[in-house]
Amino acid sequence: MSALIAPRDKASDRIVPPSGFTVLLTSFTAGAMAFLTVFALALSLATGRLADRWASELAQTSTIRISAPAEQMDAQLRAVERVLQTTPGIASARTLSEEEQRQLLEPWFGPDLPIENLPVPKLVEVIENSEGYDSEGLRQRLAAEAPGAILDDHTRWRKPLVSAADRLRMLGFVAIVLIAASTAAMITLAAQSALAANAQVIGVLRLVGARDSYIAGAFVRRFTLRAFVGAVGGTVLGTLAVALLPDSEVAGNFLTGLGFQGAHWIWPFAIPPLAALVAHLATRNAARRTLRGIA
Amino acid sequence: MIELENVAYSYGGGELLSDVSLKLSPGSFHFLTGPSGSGKTTFLRLCYGQLIATAGQVRLFRKDVRELSRDGVAGIRQRIGVVHQDCQFLDHMSVTENIALPLMVSGRGGGGAAENLVDLIGWVGLTPRANALPAELSGGERQRAALARAVIMSPDILLADEPTGNIDWDMSLRLLKLLIELNRMGKTVLIATHDLNLIRAAKSEVAARVLRISNRRLQLAGSDL
Repeated sequence: MSALIAPRDKASDRIVPPSGFTVLLTSFTAGAMAFLTVFALALSLATGRLADRWASELAQTSTIRISAPAEQMDAQLRAVERVLQTTPGIASARTLSEEEQRQLLEPWFGPDLPIENLPVPKLVEVIENSEGYDSEGLRQRLAAEAPGAILDDHTRWRKPLVSAADRLRMLGFVAIVLIAASTAAMITLAAQSALAANAQVIGVLRLVGARDSYIAGAFVRRFTLRAFVGAVGGTVLGTLAVALLPDSEVAGNFLTGLGFQGAHWIWPFAIPPLAALVAHLATRNAARRTLRGIA
Repeated sequence: MIELENVAYSYGGGELLSDVSLKLSPGSFHFLTGPSGSGKTTFLRLCYGQLIATAGQVRLFRKDVRELSRDGVAGIRQRIGVVHQDCQFLDHMSVTENIALPLMVSGRGGGGAAENLVDLIGWVGLTPRANALPAELSGGERQRAALARAVIMSPDILLADEPTGNIDWDMSLRLLKLLIELNRMGKTVLIATHDLNLIRAAKSEVAARVLRISNRRLQLAGSDL
């Protein structure tokens, strides 16, 4: 990073006039883009976690729901357990307790639900082994042994969700690339404008023997530094905003923990150096092109 | 050092200079005169690689300017000091920083450069104005600052384009004395001016050769000078 902005000598950066709208524009653009990048990054990482979790659960668990008259419930439950014990590919199966079912229903019906007095179906959680089971065969056996039992292997609702989460993650990364490209375009325009506005400065520098690489370097360092400073500001604000989002418990799992978790908090720190790198490359190209065009 | 051979320069469909030949030898002192618009500035620009001749050949330190890259021209300019009539400073930098600019861009700002800089500013009489901005200087002070900047790299050649154009006679003589002093140090000096009094004043001090641009051609001036 320091190699991008360190001047050859202390005074060399003074050759570019100190103020200018284009420099402010660069800082603001880099800051705004860094702010947006933090959110795109948070979105990508969160949807990535979600997709991974859903995909993992999809591959391992399923549920059997038993809806039957109260007097037949125990018999059908025992029938389901027998079927499961003899079905290849199932690692374990257990019936959810009334307390677990109460917790599942609590978000909709509130606490202290008298679940024992309600015709709530029994739920059996099935965990498959690495080989997996034949879901169609299991459905047929359940239909024969326990007519009230329905196998839900979650495929129908989880697969599209996993697919959507994967696409959302991809969109997040595409957004980051687009933000970087937009930053480069804005900084290129700003640098070209600054170079054109400083044609007299460039003329003087050439008169005293400055090479174009020296002139370009001074402009590049100025824009790189401004972009870095702007990006630091934008990243700090964006990260604070993400940190202040309600967590998944408060938001009732709706946001599914949008934000950074664990080591992912390191990622935003990469944004300012990347913004500086983008600014460096954009300004360098703009400077070379513009200087070639100035006689 | 600087050689022009059958050089012509055209711009906008018209020929400004035609069949110009000249060889500036080390330690020589030249005046270039002619009416306004005769092509004096164009001639000087050809001499430091700012313009490329449309015909003929310009050689700077034995190198054909046409074959020089932009960096090559930059390198040559570190050996040719140029003083413009409008001085051309960086307005946001102090007098000292402007004078030190050639050192800065060539990476020679270290060592004894600071001491030499102070001496040079004293030589042109600008010590009290060293920290002023260019806009705060008088016309004569600006010209002396431009001269100091032109010689700080100890160039072999000094080109001055109407250096006394915006200053009074006393200041013109003071500047001329500095240029003659540089010539006595062995520097080649070429001054473009339309001020014939300045040329007459110089001829009593130095063996100056006077050239005139007339009808697009370069010729030796007559005995009236």
